[in-house]
Amino acid sequence: MKNKKLKIAIYWFGSCGGCEVALVELNEKILELAEIADIVLWPVALDFKYEDLEKFKAQEIDISLINGCIANFENEQIAKMLREKSKVLIAYGSCACFGGIPGLVNLATKEEVYKIAYSETPSTINPKFTTPQQSYKADAHELELPEFYGYSRALHQVVEVDYFVPGCAPPIESTEKLLEIAKEFAAKGALPPKGTVIGSEKSVCDECEREKAEKKSISKIYRIYEKEADPKKCLLDQGIICMGPATRGGCKARCLNANQPCIGCMGALPEALDQGAKMLSALASIIGIEEEKALSEEDLKKIIDKVADPAGSFYKFSLPVGIISRKHTEKK
Amino acid sequence: MASVDKFEPKILAFLCNWCAYAGADLAGVSRMQYPPNIRAIRVMCSARVDPVFVLEALKRGADGVFIGACHPGDCHYQTGNYKTVRRVILMRKLLEQLGVDGKRLRLEFISASEGKKFASAVEDFVKELRELGPFKK
Amino acid sequence: MAKQRITISPITRLEGHGRIELFLDSKGSLENAYFQVPELRGFERFCVGRLAEDMPVLTSRICGVCPESHHLCSTKALDKLFKVEPTRVAKKLRELFYSAYYIYDHILHFYILASPDFVVGLDAKPEERNILGVIKKVGLEVAKEVIKHRAYGQRVLEILGGKTIHPTFGLPGGVSKGLNEEERAEIEKIASSCIEFAKFSIALWKDKLLPAYKELILNDGYKLETYYMGLVDESNKINFYDGKIRVVSPDNKEYAKFEVDNYLEHIAERVEPWSYCKFPYLKKLGWKGLEASKDSGIYRVGPLARVNASEGFATKLANEEYKKFYEFFNCKPVHNTLAYHWARLIEILYAAERLLELTQDKEITGKEIRTYPKSEEKESEGIGVIEAARGTLIHHYVADENKLIKKVNLIVATTHNHAPISISIKEAAKSLIKEGKVDKGILNKIEVAFRAYDPCFACATHALPGHLPLVVNVYNANKKLIRKIANF
Repeated sequence: MKNKKLKIAIYWFGSCGGCEVALVELNEKILELAEIADIVLWPVALDFKYEDLEKFKAQEIDISLINGCIANFENEQIAKMLREKSKVLIAYGSCACFGGIPGLVNLATKEEVYKIAYSETPSTINPKFTTPQQSYKADAHELELPEFYGYSRALHQVVEVDYFVPGCAPPIESTEKLLEIAKEFAAKGALPPKGTVIGSEKSVCDECEREKAEKKSISKIYRIYEKEADPKKCLLDQGIICMGPATRGGCKARCLNANQPCIGCMGALPEALDQGAKMLSALASIIGIEEEKALSEEDLKKIIDKVADPAGSFYKFSLPVGIISRKHTEKK
Repeated sequence: MASVDKFEPKILAFLCNWCAYAGADLAGVSRMQYPPNIRAIRVMCSARVDPVFVLEALKRGADGVFIGACHPGDCHYQTGNYKTVRRVILMRKLLEQLGVDGKRLRLEFISASEGKKFASAVEDFVKELRELGPFKK
Repeated sequence: MAKQRITISPITRLEGHGRIELFLDSKGSLENAYFQVPELRGFERFCVGRLAEDMPVLTSRICGVCPESHHLCSTKALDKLFKVEPTRVAKKLRELFYSAYYIYDHILHFYILASPDFVVGLDAKPEERNILGVIKKVGLEVAKEVIKHRAYGQRVLEILGGKTIHPTFGLPGGVSKGLNEEERAEIEKIASSCIEFAKFSIALWKDKLLPAYKELILNDGYKLETYYMGLVDESNKINFYDGKIRVVSPDNKEYAKFEVDNYLEHIAERVEPWSYCKFPYLKKLGWKGLEASKDSGIYRVGPLARVNASEGFATKLANEEYKKFYEFFNCKPVHNTLAYHWARLIEILYAAERLLELTQDKEITGKEIRTYPKSEEKESEGIGVIEAARGTLIHHYVADENKLIKKVNLIVATTHNHAPISISIKEAAKSLIKEGKVDKGILNKIEVAFRAYDPCFACATHALPGHLPLVVNVYNANKKLIRKIANF
């Protein structure tokens, strides 16, 4: 294993491509990667026969770096195949780690998605409500499409994952650390403990340089368009919802530097079972707590109602790994 | 399809040590009748009930979650139950977004002397959940 | 000879992956071609119920290569939704941010994605036809310049938007962060350097690549006579950030010019059962199937479409290059698909010049970066438009009285180009495949046809293997696999 060139595969599932750009952010260090590794797939193209990936023997690929969520049957098949062919499998980016923003599709049903995309959008002209078919004969040619599940999952919900690199996209520090790990692996065959998450063990607040109040209490919640945020003070103290307290750090609180709130892309803190519920808990505990005596139940409800979209605010990136990860249907 | 077996909801209850738990105890020693659908967990304060517990309970097969807290102003720790009130309001909103009927989460203020209130609250909750049906199909 | 079926399964970035299916007739010539987009992510549905002000960060995730275009287009839709006019400083900052995005994105596409075909060679070994091969050819010095200037573009995004990928910056009525003098000075230096780099890139194209590939560029297999769409200012000059949508016909007449608010009068989308991606067309001309002509409603967007749909650039150097471009082709509009690359390089120059102009603007470090919307509890609507690097982008929202999103319609650049890409693939394949002969070189030439559009796939990917890996299966009439080609 010593000083042998690594075989690295880079693959994406349901993703936006930002993770690929995040790898290019290595800039000149890309050449260092090229020195220690042969990129065998980046990206691999597979038709539904998968014979190209099949060419690899079990565990022949040293590292598979995967971004994107699992959104259809094809994704799932390839994920399983890559797992079998790889010694190390890494979930890179928030979609692979937690489902990411495309995971919000779990708040809807497949039928709703189709209805809106292919019929209700105002520019769509589709009187017969044609929808994409998994198998379709076009002028005697048969065409196939992978099945759209209508819900998304994180990578580890489908295959075993060795390491996690959260972030949307992962911060450059994480990618550089990953490069160091790969170098170490190439040189000595050494790897960090399984399950390692590349990021901080503390929250985003811990990295945020804003002044924070000793005792937190919010008497009114503001939406970001309503109020000028003081760039020096904690946004939560100013009544603006910021995911900092419930989110893993390691990003240097970059969004806060742009005077925008944290939206939770690094995922839950270590040991937290559910990022959204944790944030809900933290936020609810400080709303109007100082004015308790003066508040009627009505007043209180009014203040809390300013949290107009708890699911979208607290689970922006992590709904598929939430305890309740998909929209439930009550029999009504 | 009328089923012969009446659906019996499973309820997980988190009861505050200083009030609702004692109230439930009182209902027991006073031989009050109330449905046996409840499994109680004693917590030191209703504020110990993390929203994570509510979600996890539903996921693991509870059809409803019951939180028994002190009356406003009576919290042994000053503001614990105020936090609970806020969490429950927001939690219900979240549950509705997740497609879960908010009625599956119930908050009741029950003092140590209100055994009767505890018994009737459980009875009422069971009735409500029977109408809703099981959480897991 | 039996009928054959060929599957090319590349990975294209629109909203994910893509596949090309080629069907040969019994003579071994092309019978039909389908470009399929096998993925759907449902943004138009899951944005419903979200906070309106979250849209710029949510829609950024449609694409990680050009998140800035979604971010700002979404922000512009919010301006309308909240009925608020951004301050002058805010508009300038947004345009500055946007110019930097163009520099980074176009450099990424040209050098890392497209140039291996031209610099290393169309018929070069796949393992050499990549960015590393380009580095070998042009030398490490040039490569470092490429890397440096791409990173420069992203540095500006980071200064304003906190992050290089998915920066966060736009708010209804303005932006969340202004520039201080130190940052302004840094960007000014970056802009000057980018102008020089853009000049170098255009020279590389004109002196080295154009002569070598003239024949291919002018080849009929890479030509499509369509309508063209792009944003223009009052004097019909190209503007990336704002303007009216102008459409010119294949014979260079102004077919339409309209405010984005009226887009539904002009643009319609068709659904085909064999692709998750819709096919937009000019509504008044109607859908005439996948065919490019004056009677068909198919139009193109992106760099080539922008130069065709306008009458020049507003900056000096870029406008000179614009004229030279049309002198070379000696006709307007230019229908040659590979001219997309040239137009793209001129746009880098324009973006760099504009970046410099904006950093030297006295107002740019102004403190008035936001107008606050008046609160009103009514349903409202907002439509935003912007020229993304790959073409015209439209975001259309309706929000309820609590400013929660009720309806979303998105028409992204690559969707506009979906039909032309399909036709381009078909035309290229038709001119290349004879008597059932399909080899890797031919496959790559088919790829070249649609790579010119820069269909939005995360470009980096293509960098190291240096090609879109293709799998080709040749089936006989009984659907039995008789031959297989893979170019990796």
